[in-house]
Amino acid sequence: MPWCPTGWAMPSAAGAPPRLVRVLTIPRATYDAIVAHAKRDHPDEACGIVAGPEGSDRPERFVEMVNAAGSPTFYEFDSTDLLQLYKEMDANGEEPVIVYHSHTATEAYPSRTDIGLASEPNAHYVLVSTREHGNNTGPVEFRSYRIVDGVVTEEKIIIKEN
Amino acid sequence: MAIEVKIPTILRTYTGGEKAVTADGASLSALIDDLEANHPGIKDRLIDNGDLRRFVNVYVNDEDVRFIGGLEAELKDGDQVVVLPAVAGGAR
Repeated sequence: MPWCPTGWAMPSAAGAPPRLVRVLTIPRATYDAIVAHAKRDHPDEACGIVAGPEGSDRPERFVEMVNAAGSPTFYEFDSTDLLQLYKEMDANGEEPVIVYHSHTATEAYPSRTDIGLASEPNAHYVLVSTREHGNNTGPVEFRSYRIVDGVVTEEKIIIKEN
Repeated sequence: MAIEVKIPTILRTYTGGEKAVTADGASLSALIDDLEANHPGIKDRLIDNGDLRRFVNVYVNDEDVRFIGGLEAELKDGDQVVVLPAVAGGAR
């Protein structure tokens, strides 16, 4: 069954079919926090989410998670932490707007594992690659995707300066 | 007997969009069969080769069922079951 991407079908010029707009708008402070987490945990993969009000598409509450796999090639939220996180979001009327993790030796593109396990069709999947500078200062690759039914669509990122 | 089962976003296509449904069963296995009877297709998303899928987490009253018997975990009236897909992946 095709997923209905409510929220991002935008009306376009009269008569033309709706244009699909895929953009992640992220506050600078949140962007910086994700990068800092990825650099700190390098060479292991870092992971976390940014929650926001359900249906808003606004990433507002940054939540670093522990990578229970503690691995340079795999990440998994601890199952107890996962339940706690989802209960909190439920109580707050939030959903995961961003699900992020790092790749530490490969590009910031979803792997087959990432695609197979992606289970939040409404989320922006952010990938950061620390392969170039590791724990040190210097630029990282920072990219965002939708992953729905095994289909990866890269999207533009707009960083909102504070 | 009534047990509330919280359904994650990705599986709500099977529950008509409902975030939570009610089901019956004296064990997790029986509960999943009852879910399947009312929401056909959902069982295959939870179980693979007779076992709980590796990347699906099920909790009974906040306990991960892997620590309380897996599919054989016992259930009673009023229990709360939560289904959450693992958040996992990686370069491997």
